[in-house]
Amino acid sequence: MRYAMAVDTKKCVGCSDCVVACQTENDVPIGYCRDWIVEVTDGTYPQLELEHRSERCNHCENSPCVRCCPTGASHYSDGGIVMVTKNKCIGCGACIASCPYDARYTHPKGYVDKCTFCEHRTKKGQSPACVAVCPTKCMYFGDLDDPNSDVSKVIKKRKYKTLIPEAGTKPQLYFLI
Amino acid sequence: MREELIVSGRMNPHIDPQLQIWEWHIPAYLFLGGLAAGILFFASYFYIKGKSEEYPTAVKLAPIITPILIGLGLLFLMLDLKHKLYFWRLYTAFKIESPMSWGAWTLMAIMPLSAIWAAFNIKSLFPKWDWKFNIIKDALRWLENYKTAIAWTIMILSVILGIYTGILLSAFNARPLWNTSILGPLFLISGMSTGAAAIIILSKSKAERHAFARIDLVLIAIELFLIVHMFMGFNASTQVQIDAAAMFLGGEFTAPFWIFVVGLGLVIPAGLEVMEMRKIKIPYMLAPALVLFGGLLFRFIMAYAGQMSRWLY
Repeated sequence: MRYAMAVDTKKCVGCSDCVVACQTENDVPIGYCRDWIVEVTDGTYPQLELEHRSERCNHCENSPCVRCCPTGASHYSDGGIVMVTKNKCIGCGACIASCPYDARYTHPKGYVDKCTFCEHRTKKGQSPACVAVCPTKCMYFGDLDDPNSDVSKVIKKRKYKTLIPEAGTKPQLYFLI
Repeated sequence: MREELIVSGRMNPHIDPQLQIWEWHIPAYLFLGGLAAGILFFASYFYIKGKSEEYPTAVKLAPIITPILIGLGLLFLMLDLKHKLYFWRLYTAFKIESPMSWGAWTLMAIMPLSAIWAAFNIKSLFPKWDWKFNIIKDALRWLENYKTAIAWTIMILSVILGIYTGILLSAFNARPLWNTSILGPLFLISGMSTGAAAIIILSKSKAERHAFARIDLVLIAIELFLIVHMFMGFNASTQVQIDAAAMFLGGEFTAPFWIFVVGLGLVIPAGLEVMEMRKIKIPYMLAPALVLFGGLLFRFIMAYAGQMSRWLY
């Protein structure tokens, strides 16, 4: 099993609904977020190109955060989801410094927190909150090992990119272009 | 032209607008760790070489402060942790891929050994020192039998401790400025140089001071070479590392780094040490004090600048 997510940058309008859904679903403390919207403007007027990306933890296959965690709090869960065990985390910040996507933060309670691909929902066969709530249905979630999953099907037929693959992290967040 | 913005307003504290996860604790700890590693290396090395009488400060006196230095460093590390009550989790796991993990274990091993070494020699500093409890006296007498073995262990561990302070940072490929394997040797050499400087400050013998000034001079030369080599490497590397080096080659860290770290912390003390060897009278504290200052500032600048270097945006 290899969980992954695809985000259609052609359909995303940058409404931030995914951000709010995540904050609500996961009880993210006020002032923090586990996912966010990046807006990229390319070119000079009037030849402009706009891209919206809903970004979060890339649940990398070669995660620097898991590698540098001194206690094993950061680990791979089922399906390659990168998780943090709260009561093993010492809050040293090594994983935060190691993440090229800046996807982690320190929870006010002291441990490090991040996107979990809503593991509590996916375990029950539901999709993550951000995917479920998207009004333009621009996000796809599923198992890459299953050729019939939403994400497998969409990345088979569409062109995609990943973020800074040259950092060697093997990110599992696919942006359809 | 390209503009990338986080429009949903991500403002995670200590992450945005720029990473600031490590403040003064980490560079201060890296300095104390490197300094203790340097002192312990010279103490054990010259003990093994049988030069305890020739270099009494290096072998006996200076190591007495190392348990304090390491303890202070550990205190800073502890203050830096955000989930403090779980710090013991460091010692329920050993992660070979995580420099922080084996660094924590190295500290755990070298801290008591440095205390034992200090206990061996405390009477050279306080002749009237009395351990009061016989059990301590007996334990020390028993440990004296293994003094050479302890010295060897301290020497190996001190090198690991010194180099780990650099490897800790170089293991993060997300921060291009840190992500160079030269950082380990550079921090080790810099730590040894600060160790030699501390020995010069504490020493009362002119011959010993001169010997360590000579050692320090060699270390400073190696350090200068490694710094130049590091920037050459950056400029011959990928765009993110060219950008990282640019912070020091015209960017915001240019003046503090080249004037204070390289100039005041390396070149001027090297010049002063040469002058002293040529018997020109200058206050002997000046050169080592500058080396210690340069070493401390170097770690602060590397820690802060490293967090500013990045891949995205």
